[in-house]
Amino acid sequence: MIADLRFGYGSDEDVLAISKLQVEASRRVFLFGPSGCGKSTLLAMIGGVLVPREGSVTILGADLSGMKGAARDRMRADHVGFIFQQFNLVPYLSVVDNVCLPCRYSQRRLQRAKDADGSVEISAARLLSELGIDERLRSRKTTDLSVGQQQRVAAARALIGGPELVIADEPTSSLDADRRREFIDLLLSECDRVGSTVIFVSHDASLASHFDDAIDLQLANAAAGRSRVA
Amino acid sequence: MLHSVRNTLALVFKSLVNRRGTAVLTLASIAVSAALLSVVDRVRTDTQTSFANTISGTDLIVGARSGDLNLLLYSVFRIGNPTNNITWESYTDIDARPEVDWTIPISLGDAHRGYRVLGTDLRYFEHYQYADERALEFAAGTPFSGPTDAVIGAEVADQLDYRVGQQIVVSHGLTETSFVTHDDNPFTVTGILARTGTPVDRTVHISLNGMDLIHSDGDIDRFSVPIGDYESEAITAFLVGLKSKIGIFTLQRYINEFEPEPLSAVIPGVALQQLWGLIGVAEYALLGVSAMVVLAGVLGLLATLLVSLNERRREMSVLRSVGARPGHVFALLLSEAAMLAFLGALLGLLMVQLGILAIRQYALSEFGIQLSVGLRAFDLYVLAGILSIAVLVSTIPAWRAYRNSLADGLTVRL
Repeated sequence: MIADLRFGYGSDEDVLAISKLQVEASRRVFLFGPSGCGKSTLLAMIGGVLVPREGSVTILGADLSGMKGAARDRMRADHVGFIFQQFNLVPYLSVVDNVCLPCRYSQRRLQRAKDADGSVEISAARLLSELGIDERLRSRKTTDLSVGQQQRVAAARALIGGPELVIADEPTSSLDADRRREFIDLLLSECDRVGSTVIFVSHDASLASHFDDAIDLQLANAAAGRSRVA
Repeated sequence: MLHSVRNTLALVFKSLVNRRGTAVLTLASIAVSAALLSVVDRVRTDTQTSFANTISGTDLIVGARSGDLNLLLYSVFRIGNPTNNITWESYTDIDARPEVDWTIPISLGDAHRGYRVLGTDLRYFEHYQYADERALEFAAGTPFSGPTDAVIGAEVADQLDYRVGQQIVVSHGLTETSFVTHDDNPFTVTGILARTGTPVDRTVHISLNGMDLIHSDGDIDRFSVPIGDYESEAITAFLVGLKSKIGIFTLQRYINEFEPEPLSAVIPGVALQQLWGLIGVAEYALLGVSAMVVLAGVLGLLATLLVSLNERRREMSVLRSVGARPGHVFALLLSEAAMLAFLGALLGLLMVQLGILAIRQYALSEFGIQLSVGLRAFDLYVLAGILSIAVLVSTIPAWRAYRNSLADGLTVRL
């Protein structure tokens, strides 16, 4: 839930100006708009990495804009899973280590993963299997996986320890149409199983049919018209 | 807290293994610089100890008028050559003074296969002391008793594989290939001294009788008087032990103002101090250069980290997205530098230990320097110093990564 939010980088003009944007719990929301309309900036703000100049960002009833940096980082670690467009994985960690990474920074997700499957590693293995990464692929170096496989590993990482919110930022833009549909189906069914709210961001409005709600950020963001378009 | 430290270290280790090419090179450069610093200081202090251990219990060294250092070097270290001789009359005059407890006459000038030959009498084995007032001991055999008897140092025995009873030939002059070799009067090894770690190990000791025999026409009967009764014409120097230390300066003045001939008397400790004054400058220069090499090694580490920063921005934002705080990013880079520096320095110190074990024997036999094995306080300073400098300079890349991770948010625009 976002209210009266304004944000700009440095002394530049505002990139974002949103009067109200609300996402209900457990909904699958599709957030779309062309490049440069402020999607990534908005996500960084929901993640608590950037702070709005004005207004508030509230997640699970907690107001991020009133928190200190460390507390925002904890909110993100405990409650939000991220999937990016590409280069999601840490190259020097194994596939399973990559998936377990959030549990290194969040005791809560560590505990939830243990409660669900007995141990973090088993939890990671289960998620990877459900997302179609079999044992043979798991032993490979992350850099040897195809982009589609890397994205599924990233999805497993976003889901481990059952965060309340999963944010996917153009996760399918490097995939072809078949893989794209397959990935979205897998992601959404896994999120259903975990019970996570999904915010899926894309410039491709044709994907909207997979989701409960669709939000056009260009309409929601009053600053989008005047900001530079990349 | 402990949990997060362990997490960071696990990440650091995997990250370093991933970039093992540059990591190993950085590690090596730090290891080499640490080894250099450690070895320079070790050689410095070990040289000093070895030198200081060479002579002990002697109150004055007396020789013909010359510089203090020169006298010390030729009489005790067998380095350089005496300027002149002392007549037997002057020697007995001073030897007879009431404050004198004992003296050891020394006559130098010949060599046996590269080792100095020293003419003396039995008081040498009785009174000469090294290290902490340790007396000479025989590893085998007995002191010389006749003009053609010889007592050799441990190093001479080892290197030339001599045993008691061996016949040896003493040449006139100092080089191995002298023109005149005194084949007509071979010497017999009667004793081998225990190892001392001093120039004594590299000396062939003969009686004053024998010394004069070498320089005579070879008529052995003239020199076959008992060793204690023999009176040479001249000696090179002599060591003096006093009954009471209080008399040192009085006797020193007496000798320095000795009328019949110009003599010098030096206190060994004072002359050694002069020697340090001379060598010390070079040693500190070396130490300074080594410290600079350490700095260069750490700067290499800094350069490697800075170069890696850009290619690791994505990695950092991934870590941020899964919940890492900017502080984690800072700690990650700092720990990488610390781990490289620590392992590098440790490796360097290990190299020093192995190196010393390898060259120990050589340093002892060639230079008479006893190199010590084992960690010393200075090594710990090297370790701690390199670690702290590395951590200090790596705050620069760590800070930049921290700033980057704040500015980049979760998506890197490259």
